[in-house]
Amino acid sequence: MSFFKDAGHLFRFVGIFVLLFIIFLVARGYVVPKSFGQYGHYRGAAMGEIAAHPLHFAGHQACETCHVDVQDVKKNGKHAHVNCEACHGPLAKHADDPASMTPTKPDTATLCVRCHAASAARPKNFPQVQAEEHSTGLPCETCHQPHSPAMTAGGAK
Amino acid sequence: MSGVEGYMYPNEVTLYWSVLIVLYPYITGLVAGAFILASLERVFNVTAVKPTYRLALLTALSFLIVAPLPLQFHLGHPERSPEMYFTPHSTSAMAMFGYVYLWYLMAVLTFEIWLDYRREIVLMSQTSKGLMRVIYKVMTLGSSNISPRALHIDERVSWVVTLVGIPSAFLLHGYVGFIFGSIKANPWWSSPLMPVVFIFSAMVSGIACVMVLYMAVTKLRGKKIDMRCVDTIGMYLFYTFIIDFSLEMLDLIHRIYEADESFRSLDFMVHTKLYFSQIVVQIGLGTVTPLLLLALTQMVRLPEIVRKRMYVVAGALTLIGIFAMRWNVVIGGQLFSKSFLGYTTYKMALVTKEGLLVAVGLTLLPLAILWVLVKLLPPWTDERAPEGAAAD
Repeated sequence: MSFFKDAGHLFRFVGIFVLLFIIFLVARGYVVPKSFGQYGHYRGAAMGEIAAHPLHFAGHQACETCHVDVQDVKKNGKHAHVNCEACHGPLAKHADDPASMTPTKPDTATLCVRCHAASAARPKNFPQVQAEEHSTGLPCETCHQPHSPAMTAGGAK
Repeated sequence: MSGVEGYMYPNEVTLYWSVLIVLYPYITGLVAGAFILASLERVFNVTAVKPTYRLALLTALSFLIVAPLPLQFHLGHPERSPEMYFTPHSTSAMAMFGYVYLWYLMAVLTFEIWLDYRREIVLMSQTSKGLMRVIYKVMTLGSSNISPRALHIDERVSWVVTLVGIPSAFLLHGYVGFIFGSIKANPWWSSPLMPVVFIFSAMVSGIACVMVLYMAVTKLRGKKIDMRCVDTIGMYLFYTFIIDFSLEMLDLIHRIYEADESFRSLDFMVHTKLYFSQIVVQIGLGTVTPLLLLALTQMVRLPEIVRKRMYVVAGALTLIGIFAMRWNVVIGGQLFSKSFLGYTTYKMALVTKEGLLVAVGLTLLPLAILWVLVKLLPPWTDERAPEGAAAD
């Protein structure tokens, strides 16, 4: 038994380890949310919280129920697959109650270059321009109809 | 755009890993290297380096305490960092590093230092006064058993701890290299050699650091430098450095021969933006020069005073060279575009959270901690307190 007597201090050190580990486990029990790991490596309850957020986007189907004329122009043009709210912004409120909110018309002088300003990072066959040279500051819609922007048949008038 | 040449993707223009991320592997490397030096005496019975054994352990602990601080300063939300421990993800190299760090801090370094100093701690808890007495009492953990058998058990356990500590030290710094080496999107980093190069450069920097510290502190104390000890450390530094340099050259030759799609871009960077820090400082000043100096001390019989000066210069240059190596890895890896068509510039801030002043502060902080530790636990073998002697 003298070994345990002479090695007693080692057990004290190990005891500190065990104590710290228990403190860690207790702290972990308090800190880690109960729903953590329910579905994956994240807080399960976050799903419900995110789902409860109010909707901001209405979706293009909602727009198309009223704006059939725009849809007719758009569906044959190059922007057929660009969602309405990609340019007009989130409009769920307008879709819910059109009278409660009137969307502001986007300024094409600043809007179009978000996608069409020349950049080496964009695919070569994607239409892109040096805006200062191309339009000298004029809004793009002066020549292009934004819902169907090509200059050829079926495009702008 | 100022500082940008050619084409950079938008997310590449600003460097997100700053000088503090350079400091992190540098400090961790010093820890691992200092511990490996300490293990030379304990496990491999290189008795000549005994005067530096305790100093090496205390140095390793001082730097280890500071090692996570550069990361904390780098984080936007440092208060979230404990989450890495609470909910670790098995695919996160950083989360696993956190556990390796804690293991190394608690199970290896603190335990080994405590075992090695236990006799002195117990003696000083009986002879010192006031607050120091309380501190030493706490450090004894309530056990004042320093019987020959208890000390013998300590000796054996300490040997095992050091033995476990060697792979732990390799793991600690290998992990830092792994974190960089496993980033497959970055050709400057992505290399299985990275952890190995990091381990050997860590050993080089840690050995050089303890050698310079030992010489400086002994000089400051007005004691005589043990030349047998310094010569032996110099020899080990030389051999480790040769392995480290060979591995780095192997990596370089492999890159040149392989010459993959990134090579022209990286080669251009080494000849322009990284020329000073890599070719001049890291290779010329920080590797070839100390290697030549150390080779001279091995091959030519030189007077003691000349050897001392050569060791100090070689050690200091080595520390600068290894820092430059970390700089070139961390900063160099962010200067070029993944498009291989452009380069950006790193402009170090001065007084920001990740600026130069914080970096200098974090470099000096381990030395301040070491000063406190040395006061608390004197590592000197030449004036080991005799039993019952007053410690303060």
